Amino acid sequence: MNNNKVIQVEGLTKMYGDFTAVNAITFDVKKGEIFGFLGANGAGKTTAIKMLIGILNPTSGKATIAGFDVYTNAEDIKRNIGYMSQKFALYDDLTVRENITFFGGIYGLTRKRIKEKSDALIEELGLEDVANKLVGALPLGWKQKLSFSVSMIHDPKIVFLDEPTGGVDPITRRQFWELIYKAANKGTTVFVTTHYMDEAEYCDRVSIMVDGKIEALDTPKKLKEQFKAENMNDVFLKLARG
Amino acid sequence: MGISVSHINKSYKKVNALQDISFEVKKGELFGIIGPDGAGKTTLFRILTTLLFADEGTATVAGYDVVSEYKSIRNSVGYMPGKFSLYQDLTIEENLEFFATIFGTTIEENYELIKDIYVQIEPFKDRRAGKLSGGMKQKLALCCALIHKPKVLFLDEPTTGVDPVSRKEFWEMLKRLQLKGITILVSTPYMDEAALCDRIALIQDGEILEIDTPEAIVAHYPKQIYNVSANNMYQLILSLKDYEYNHSVYPFGEFVHYTDSRTEFNPEDLKTFLETKNLSNIHIDKTVATIEDTFMELAK
Repeated sequence: MNNNKVIQVEGLTKMYGDFTAVNAITFDVKKGEIFGFLGANGAGKTTAIKMLIGILNPTSGKATIAGFDVYTNAEDIKRNIGYMSQKFALYDDLTVRENITFFGGIYGLTRKRIKEKSDALIEELGLEDVANKLVGALPLGWKQKLSFSVSMIHDPKIVFLDEPTGGVDPITRRQFWELIYKAANKGTTVFVTTHYMDEAEYCDRVSIMVDGKIEALDTPKKLKEQFKAENMNDVFLKLARG
Repeated sequence: MGISVSHINKSYKKVNALQDISFEVKKGELFGIIGPDGAGKTTLFRILTTLLFADEGTATVAGYDVVSEYKSIRNSVGYMPGKFSLYQDLTIEENLEFFATIFGTTIEENYELIKDIYVQIEPFKDRRAGKLSGGMKQKLALCCALIHKPKVLFLDEPTTGVDPVSRKEFWEMLKRLQLKGITILVSTPYMDEAALCDRIALIQDGEILEIDTPEAIVAHYPKQIYNVSANNMYQLILSLKDYEYNHSVYPFGEFVHYTDSRTEFNPEDLKTFLETKNLSNIHIDKTVATIEDTFMELAK
């Protein structure tokens, strides 16, 4: 494989009976790139992501993630990516430290490595005072930042973020994006979905799905030129409204 | 008066969910409660819809007291909770019929009010609510909240997790309902939706930061904001945060919104500083504040 392309997708398709949820999508994502994966509700984003992270078998097409094939090496994919969504994040009734230890264990880190990682992570996020408090007692914004860091505890090549900032206050939302920039700057590939169109502008490249197909894929700047739009919100409305 | 809230307080154990909340919503007004998760929006909605008692303070809805006249309120308001709360195993039509019957009316009697919205989901009226897409569930929930022709409509985060296209359509529906004389109280974490309300209250950690029209709130912003861009976004943010005169540094789409702490600010000085940080293609231009800028300044 081309080492620079950590996600390679070609003609990836998922059918449910007669219904085509994902219709022959093709794209690449480079190392260290922040890739925005946008689309209306029901456009097929979630189905596509499930195939990319190795938990749903495609009907046809090809995809390799971090060099692993989605059909034959799904388990390797899971070990080499990070995943965070709003729905599944952390255990509310475990402490900050326990959550980190738990996920470190899941990813097979040694005790020593977990200890090092926990200390580094707690310090980086400024959570020293609440390290032994239950996660359920933390404000949502802190949880989301912790959840993001935990999803990368095993230093994955790619991290998938499914609407990571929904409902979060505007200041925390920006702090969250600074974490994303930082990760990308270190070479981690970030694959992110969002309904905030200003966040789409933060991505290196953006794809927009409409009815199972990728209808647009480029840098935010070029998409705005192509659709003669002021901002990404206008691009989205023009595309998805037809 | 559509809604009147006076010095409402509510605590859960150690958490002050609402602190001394007061505001008034005029009859026929579209009033927005704007704030992130955990700000206290849902607690406020539950108090006003008589599902929860406040610890202190009073409130009236459509002229009725939320404690002593709760039954009258329940008959005159529509409430769409943030969490989808219809019967998943009833069809679209059955859900609507159920709510009409509960309120002693029929779908036919108030069909005019819901027609615009209902025609969009009517082709699927025999489908169970649990099998609907997010956008369709939202439309059905709105129909059910409207079927008894309420005087006041409460919508708790109706657009959370909804894509920009459906959000735009939803707000167009609200504008049409407002023309029919319904008072609407709507909450949202999306700051861009604030501009669509007549007046808004910005709320965080149980406290109201400011109440006014969206235009006035933006006009109150105390500083000149600059759009800054350069060849590397991450380096630009770090460098601006490093600049000793910065007052605030927030990424905003393709730009960073920057304000300076000095009264006299020359953008050329900042440009020179950024160049020493190895940034190139630097642009610094004046821009106008948005609701989100104001919110962050107030919440700082």
